[in-house]
Amino acid sequence: MGMKKYVRNSTFHLFFLPLALLWSYPFLWMISSAFKTKQEMLMNGTRLIPKVLTLDNLQRAWVNAKFETYFFNTVIVTVSVVLLVILISATSGYALARGNMPGKKIIVIALVVTMFLPKGVTIIPVFELINALGLNNTYFAVILAEAGPAHIVAILLFMGYFANIPNELEESAIIDGAKFLTVFSKIMLPLAKPVLGTVAIFNFIGAWNAFFVPLIFTLTRPELRTLGVGMYSFFGEYSIDWTGFAAGALISVGPIIVVFLFFQRYFIEGLSGAVKG
Amino acid sequence: MNTVNTSLLLKNIKKHKWHYWFVSPMLVLFLLFTVWPILGSVYYSFFKWDGSGVPENYVGLDNFREILIDPYYWNAFVNNYIFAFSHVLIQFPLALILAIILNNTLLKGRNVYRLLIFLPVITTTAIIGLIFNILLHPAAGPLNEAMVKFSLLESPINFLGSVSLVLPTAIVISIWKNIGVTLIYWLAGLQTIPIELYEAARIDGASPVKTLFYITIPLLVPIGSVILLLTFISSLHPFDLIQTLSKGGPLFASDVVDTYVYRYAFNPELTTLRYGFASAGGFIFGVTVMLITIIQAPFIRKLGKYRT
Repeated sequence: MGMKKYVRNSTFHLFFLPLALLWSYPFLWMISSAFKTKQEMLMNGTRLIPKVLTLDNLQRAWVNAKFETYFFNTVIVTVSVVLLVILISATSGYALARGNMPGKKIIVIALVVTMFLPKGVTIIPVFELINALGLNNTYFAVILAEAGPAHIVAILLFMGYFANIPNELEESAIIDGAKFLTVFSKIMLPLAKPVLGTVAIFNFIGAWNAFFVPLIFTLTRPELRTLGVGMYSFFGEYSIDWTGFAAGALISVGPIIVVFLFFQRYFIEGLSGAVKG
Repeated sequence: MNTVNTSLLLKNIKKHKWHYWFVSPMLVLFLLFTVWPILGSVYYSFFKWDGSGVPENYVGLDNFREILIDPYYWNAFVNNYIFAFSHVLIQFPLALILAIILNNTLLKGRNVYRLLIFLPVITTTAIIGLIFNILLHPAAGPLNEAMVKFSLLESPINFLGSVSLVLPTAIVISIWKNIGVTLIYWLAGLQTIPIELYEAARIDGASPVKTLFYITIPLLVPIGSVILLLTFISSLHPFDLIQTLSKGGPLFASDVVDTYVYRYAFNPELTTLRYGFASAGGFIFGVTVMLITIIQAPFIRKLGKYRT
């Protein structure tokens, strides 16, 4: 039995390991090219382990190609989007889950209905709205346009979670003299850690990887570009600097992979929850 | 009576003062970034408007008339649905097969495989589009070079510069990027099947193939219908990938509705922008998506009930 299991496992890996390598090839190429010299890239572009390691590409991308700016823009935008979405969805999810405020039903129905409406076709009115608010070509434009429509699923997640917390907890706190705000921030919100994690990681990845919205809102202000948009313009300008490109890609993609590795449980659970309902 | 009701309501509202404070920031954003854009895109589509000032030149249904006979719009429209349905036809079943393989607890290292399959999911789509520009470069792209080296190709192929190959190539890259999500959905689905059923099947002497077709697949149908819908909806807006991979080219061979709309509304190279026209294009596509979603939802639900 043990032998049979062993053989089955190794034939599986014999078949799937090469496939896994091929699957990860774009990442392996990115990492190896980021540390390759330009000469070696020209002579031997397919070789995965560089003969000579260099940090020139990373330095060129970080300093000359302004990836330092792009990086900090992306951090500012991403962190703001995550905080804004959490603040808005946690508070409204709580208000809609607890108690019976008049108008609650209408709000929930409106949220659920619009969740199924197709997105992406509505960018023009959003663009006009941001312009009308005088925010175009600022950080706020990207942050608001990213966070504004992104919160419906998050609200429903918080709502579902808060609704399942037993009433006794809240009641005993109120008897002890705690106010609405205190109950929310000291008792309820700390209990909702799993939802907080899921909402944070989804919005972090979404905002970090965003392209369409930051592209449109930074068309005339290159210094506000995020990493994705920065890569796009870098490729347009220096399409032959492949090692510099790989270094820029590593700077852009590396952090999100690290963040994911730490929080992958929340991410996977969030996705699983989407279909289990 | 009425005044009693109103005063009761007022009292109730006052009691929930804090609740209203808590929902109001969300409501403001909801009205501005969800409700208004839906109404606004319909409103704009009735105007000839270049985006400066307010729309004044009302043209009725002219934008819709023009778009309905524009072959480039229908080209983008058809490409968009080819793109989305390919994901349903390939990504949806392929992810199920992978999930069944990786769900085997006896398999060592399955978490590593799962992580590798998931890696492209969390990577910036725009950067993936650009990386594949290099990997598939006809002169020195590593993938082209490798395929020639291993005699898979006689000479390098210009995948992204070929009218017939660009859309299939984009679809393959997109499936590579997104299949990890569908895989996680299927794995979640497999976990809902009670383990006792498998044990009973084993005691009864059912073969693994029989177990698959008589237990696993029938029990996955209800959750599968949800996964089908999610796979379809999430592949309807490939702007990031297409714009960075091919900008809709060559000769509009990979143009989709989002890149079409972008060209008319935001393209920095365009001198006169056409917001109303672009809104109409987005609106027509959005309506068809909603119709498909509405039509298939009850059908799939029925199928799910019938099978289980």
